[in-house]
Parts: sequence; C-alpha cells; structure tokens
Amino acid sequence: MAATIRIPTVLRPAVGNQATASVEGSTIGEVLSALAAQYPAITGQLLNEDGSLHRFLNVYVNDDDVRYIGGVDAPVADGDEITLLPAVAGGAA
Amino acid sequence: MLTLTSHQRDAMIATSIRALPDEGCGLLIGHDDGTVVDVVVSENVLHSAKVYEIDPKVMLRTYRRCDDEGLSVLGVFHSHTHSEAYPSPTDIHQAPDPSWHYVLVSLRDVPSVVRSYRIVDGAVTEEDIVLH
Repeated sequence: MAATIRIPTVLRPAVGNQATASVEGSTIGEVLSALAAQYPAITGQLLNEDGSLHRFLNVYVNDDDVRYIGGVDAPVADGDEITLLPAVAGGAA
Repeated sequence: MLTLTSHQRDAMIATSIRALPDEGCGLLIGHDDGTVVDVVVSENVLHSAKVYEIDPKVMLRTYRRCDDEGLSVLGVFHSHTHSEAYPSPTDIHQAPDPSWHYVLVSLRDVPSVVRSYRIVDGAVTEEDIVLH
C-alpha cells in the first residue's frame, strides 16, 4: 500500500526539505517506520524506542487522529493521506 | 515582531478568562511577516490549570485552512492563570518551532498582560507586539 505523508515545516529539514513523502505500509506503525528507514534523522521525532508514537506528534489518516483509530496499528489503505503535525503543548507547570 | 488588532488581543484575553480555572489556548494564523489574520481558539484538551495542549482536530483543521487561504500558522497563545506572562520551563522544552511566535497571556494581574516571544534552541527572546 502506498500512502502520501504530509510533513510539517518543522520536520522538513530531516527529510531533505520535502513537503510530502510517499511510503509503503499497511499500518501507521509500518508507514512511520518506513519513513524513518528512508530518513534516519527523523526517527526520534516519530516513534519512541518501544515503537509507540512520540508524545509531541499528531498523526492523522485522512481526517482521523490515529490515537482514536488504533494508534500505531491504525490501518492505512492505498491512496490514504497521512498528515504529521507537531502537538502543541506547554503550560505554567 | 507580532502585529495584532486590539480585537485579536482582546479575543486571546477573553478566551483565557473563559477557560478559567484551566489554561486557555489557541493558534495564531496570518502572514509570514508576523501579521495575524485570525485567532483560532482551541479547547485545552488537557483541561488543566497547569498545562495545555491544542486540540489535535483544531490543528488539522487550521493547517488545512491555511493551505486553502495561503496563510501560515504563525504561533500559539496560552494563558498562565497565576504566574507571569513568560514561558515556563515546560513551554520552552516543548516549543516545537523556532519560526513560531509564542504568546503568553497572564491573568495574574489586572489588567491582563499579553507578551510575545521567540523560542529558539531553548533561548527565549521577547518581541514587540504592535497593535493596529
């Protein structure tokens, strides 16, 4: 399955300044691992060492936040658009 | 430099007051020269007086809107309910983008204080807010 990943500005330096990348995979975990294999510099910003999603990354398949559709096991179909965005968080604590 | 209308500034303060006792937050969208076109309010999905996170649905919707309208996400605002309008260690550690404007609204004092910062590699620099 080939999916297109939209890369946010802040992560583009790690992928040769591309706005999109095309990768193979049938789950979000597979797709992100494939992206990391292609661009090792991005690895630590996508997945934790245990294979879970990085806390400060939002990942969407089309319109769905993957946290609500299975996380790294969320299915990816041919032609799906995957969007990565930074999770924006902070606070006085 | 961040350029805002007084209405946009007031909208950030109003959002922060409405969110009490939690921190309020939202995204700033506009032109790359730092002129804000709109303040996009988000729910604080952490529902906390100490931490905030922009709703991931608002993130996706806002980035798509910016693509459609030729705008950029310029940064984020959030409130500190009982501390000064200065980035906390959490804010600095979690600042994702060196090109962003980080606006802090402090409700500690009356009137509320709104200040804007750049955060690059952990270094915080205050910038001017120009009201027009």
